[in-house]
Amino acid sequence: MSTPVLAADGGEFQPPGVGSFDFPPIVAGITKPMVLLVLSIIIVGVFFWAALRKSSLVPGKMQFAAESTYDFVRNSIGRDMIGGKDLRPYLPLLVTVFTFILVNNVFGFVPFLQLPTMSNPGVPYGIALIVWLVYNGAGFARHGAVGYLKHQTWPPGVPGWIRPLVTPLEFISNILVRPLTLSLRLFANMFAGHLVLLVFILGGEYLLLHGGVLGMVAGPLALILSIVLMFFELVIQFLQAYIFTMLTASYIGGAVAEEH
Amino acid sequence: MLNENTTVLAQGGPNPLFPHIPETIIGLISFAILYFFVHKYVVPRFEKIYQERSQRIEGGIARAEEAQAEAQRTLEQYKEQLAEARSEAARIRDDARAEGQQIVEEMRAQAQAESDRIVNQGQAQLAAQRSQIVAELRADLGRQAVDLASRVVGESLEDETRRRGTVDRFLDELEATSAPSGSTSS
Repeated sequence: MSTPVLAADGGEFQPPGVGSFDFPPIVAGITKPMVLLVLSIIIVGVFFWAALRKSSLVPGKMQFAAESTYDFVRNSIGRDMIGGKDLRPYLPLLVTVFTFILVNNVFGFVPFLQLPTMSNPGVPYGIALIVWLVYNGAGFARHGAVGYLKHQTWPPGVPGWIRPLVTPLEFISNILVRPLTLSLRLFANMFAGHLVLLVFILGGEYLLLHGGVLGMVAGPLALILSIVLMFFELVIQFLQAYIFTMLTASYIGGAVAEEH
Repeated sequence: MLNENTTVLAQGGPNPLFPHIPETIIGLISFAILYFFVHKYVVPRFEKIYQERSQRIEGGIARAEEAQAEAQRTLEQYKEQLAEARSEAARIRDDARAEGQQIVEEMRAQAQAESDRIVNQGQAQLAAQRSQIVAELRADLGRQAVDLASRVVGESLEDETRRRGTVDRFLDELEATSAPSGSTSS
């Protein structure tokens, strides 16, 4: 619908695309996502450090905030997915995954930064690889190599004739594609969300400036909608951090579980 | 639109699925640093707080239970003492009652004995006095009767024999009448 308008105006609208995520190095090969990554761990570190510096049994405001975050990961995600005594060794990983992804996602909402770091696939791949190593390693350590493979690919109670079908499928789904789905889910959500925002903002701006009379109406509307969408994205950013952490816990829990 | 998008891709936009490797490396290093911090500092601190908190609560519960047990023990002790005191009091009361009873019995027996003794003594005394009186009267009566008779009869008793016979007869009669009473009194 907008194409004829653009065409009528004659200006060449360059829609945001995958090229919008290719950041030129700011200086000496350092890109914006790299800066954001370092910034994120500083934020998380300072947050926890400030909260725990003067920790007490009766928490203050800061400690309460940090404790709520920790409690959310520990009790709402970890304890549901990994049984009680197995949880403790994996708590640092879960807390790190959640806070790291959450802060990097929410960068997409923060003014001036406004880029979810995870909208580039590099970091999600890396974290998914770590998760893959951890949950498979945990399974191997718990059940042994053969025991773990059986644990993941030989679900009990399946009729024998269907085994040739089920076992390869279980192997593919539980061992091979999990890191891919885990990282792509996060990356694609952030990528798409950011792209939609770009379309609304850049498109709205273009319509406002070059869209003629119709653009004067449609442009502001698009910009207002972009603000609404930004809050919607905030929810998704939180949700994706939650899902990533929950799936991590679920994979670990499944790997160390005694039975299916 | 489709046309434009394909041109963008064709223009050399990078494949979005292909990671920017330096970014991945920085990401992993950042992740590792954060993990180290969380592993060494955040989780232990929080777990310690949780543990202390639960210990505090459990300690409070234990203390409360202890206090309750203590109170229970004291109550038991108090009840025991009370029961002891009650039974003691009952025993004392019973003793006192028994003692009183005994005293009353003793008194009664004593009084009875005393009264018996007094009665016996009186009776013996009475009997002695009676027999004495009877003896006195008997001696007196003969003499006085003789006196009276001599006065009545005067000197006219020439017939000595007759007179002696009369007196003897009289005395015998008297003896006969007084004998039963004299035998009972003796």
